[in-house]
Amino acid sequence: MNPFPHKHLLGLEDYTASDITRILDTAESMREVLDRPIRKVPTLRGITVVNLFFESSTRTRISFELAEKRLSADTVNFSSTGSSLSKGESLLDTVQNIEAMKTDVVVMRHRSPGAPHFLSKHISSVIINAGDGAHEHPTQALLDILTLRQKFGDLKGLRVTIVGDIAHSRVALSNIYGLKKMGAHVKLCGPATLIPRAAETLGVDITHSIEEAIADSDVLNVLRLQLERQEAGLFPSLREYQKYFGLTRTRLEKADKPLTILHPGPINRGVEITSDVADSEHALILNQVTNGVAVRMAVLYLLCGAKQES
Amino acid sequence: MQTQDFFQTKPTRLLHLKGARVVDPATKLDKVTDILIKDGKIAEVGFADDNPEAEKIELTGKMITPGWFDMHVHFREPGKEVAETVASGCLAALNGGFTGVAVMPNTSPPLDNAGIVGWVQAQAEPFPVELQVIAAVSKGRQGKELVEMAELCDSGVRAFSDDGSPVGSSALLRHALEYADMLKAVICEHAEDISLAEGGVMHEGAVSTKLGLPGIPSVAEVIGVVRALLLAEYTGAHIHICHISTAAAIEWVRWAKAKGIRVTAEVTPHHLLLTCDECTSFQTSTKMNPPLREEADRQACLEALTDGTIDVIATDHAPHPVETKEDEFIQAPFGIVGLETMLGLCLTHLCPKHLSLEALLERVVFAPRQVLGLPQPSITAGEEANLTIIDPDIDWTVNPEDFLSKSRNTPFAGWNLKGRAVGTISKGQCLMKGDRA
Repeated sequence: MNPFPHKHLLGLEDYTASDITRILDTAESMREVLDRPIRKVPTLRGITVVNLFFESSTRTRISFELAEKRLSADTVNFSSTGSSLSKGESLLDTVQNIEAMKTDVVVMRHRSPGAPHFLSKHISSVIINAGDGAHEHPTQALLDILTLRQKFGDLKGLRVTIVGDIAHSRVALSNIYGLKKMGAHVKLCGPATLIPRAAETLGVDITHSIEEAIADSDVLNVLRLQLERQEAGLFPSLREYQKYFGLTRTRLEKADKPLTILHPGPINRGVEITSDVADSEHALILNQVTNGVAVRMAVLYLLCGAKQES
Repeated sequence: MQTQDFFQTKPTRLLHLKGARVVDPATKLDKVTDILIKDGKIAEVGFADDNPEAEKIELTGKMITPGWFDMHVHFREPGKEVAETVASGCLAALNGGFTGVAVMPNTSPPLDNAGIVGWVQAQAEPFPVELQVIAAVSKGRQGKELVEMAELCDSGVRAFSDDGSPVGSSALLRHALEYADMLKAVICEHAEDISLAEGGVMHEGAVSTKLGLPGIPSVAEVIGVVRALLLAEYTGAHIHICHISTAAAIEWVRWAKAKGIRVTAEVTPHHLLLTCDECTSFQTSTKMNPPLREEADRQACLEALTDGTIDVIATDHAPHPVETKEDEFIQAPFGIVGLETMLGLCLTHLCPKHLSLEALLERVVFAPRQVLGLPQPSITAGEEANLTIIDPDIDWTVNPEDFLSKSRNTPFAGWNLKGRAVGTISKGQCLMKGDRA
């Protein structure tokens, strides 16, 4: 097997379809590990992974931590509350200090787009981007793509619409990069104020009609809507959003075949998606969560393997 | 004086500059000749016999122009002396070939009264640099009340600006223009609609979308420029638009000039030479405000510079220490240094492709002084010697470690340029760069 051609996972923008396929194939083997009675392999024994979460996160942090433990890595967790950051220390100093304690991998969630890219220029650890502001969240897109591959076999020609607050979403951008590389058609749906003006330069279609999105799609990836966007004047009210963009059973029943529903969580039930839709057989939300652990195991395995060989 | 650490000073009463190409568009001079300087004044322009009492400087192959002037710099003193001081800024100016600079007042505290302006002027006193203070428009740069403009003008101030921000309200800008016009002073406006720009860190467009970075839309500048132009028209006063960067705003300036509105405008070398594509690597030396725009905007800047819609090239020299600038893109402050790269960038990339030498000198020597109402230098017998000495043929690579500025934040590191300042003469002092003299 060739060594994996990347040192870091900063985003899917600079990964190729074959890189992505390799991660997905590896993730399938990792899923088998998760189905065993003893869900642990010694692959990353001796490797130390630091989970740096400068922004609150439950599922991504736990998913990474489980992936690391399943692979027998040593893990350390760091969250911004109570850290030195509140004492005015820079991100670079914080991470350099942690690295000086001899760690191998940094998994980082940060509010600043490019924060992991910035670190990659200054430290020698493997860096895995667990979400940088509104830029990328590559492991989320990988687990979304894995979930779709399990259901549809191949993504070529699959019509996926991402619904909601595209402008502030790292999930959307990584999904756009990843899905397009795998041959899917990507459409964005949401109010005009929540879709970047230049979105079409990403090579996607845009609609402001949820009905049109439903009629033209095989898959809807529904994003979480944050109340603070209303406070910033970007949309009038959650009520109006729900009325015109919310995913409801009534709307979905107009489609000539059932649509597959993804959601990166956490769900605002009754806002961007109603409970009956979120809990229906066509919603793969919990599969996504299980796949999340497998994908992160695959990424850790491939990147650490590359590290050991280089 | 600290300059001696970096330059060879020639304190002689009689100075004989030999064999340079002397260019002064103001007197239609462009020939290889000698200049004789006595007690800081030009005694003679023309081939002169060797005088044993004169200090001779051999300048064959070099070029002498009237002293360059950068009308938009931030020297950070008082308040952020770790980034720059008046002294280090003056050294950077001299190293870059400038004999004059206008410093912006967004220091801490701001330059908003005659006392602090006098203090800054005094810091520049030891240096052979003409330092013009641009005072704040509003007290504390708070955008509420006018500074004591008349008294400031008596202290030598010729221009006012709340640069870093636009003037706080349209009403205050109107009154600032009216009051400044009475004093024959100019308002330099950082034209921007704050509510549109707020939170943005780079130009809004395809690149910001790709990077997930919050954008500053072009229209924020356009609205700021249009407000400034309409108020200049209404009051009849002179407005100067700082660091214009968008094609649409330039269109409005062109319209205003055609209509006879008293407007002048400046552009920075980086908006003439770089676009927002540079931001792709999240390199913070590409973060400034106004942000690097798109190729069409850059072309519009070049065109407007050529046709005279833009009057001045100025650096917006904005030093920041590595510890604040080397950070995540969102966190890092706006701005780059420019004093020590502008001359080389202009000679390499603008002249003669976009500007003849005379037109370039108009935009870096005469127009900035004219905007500020300052006397013009002239290479004529009897005039004060105010000269920039250039080696037009030297190939060099921008190395920020060589800067005399305290800061290193430039996107031009590693650029190969042709042409560099090798000396300046002003205020009776001749500074020649040691290793090149």
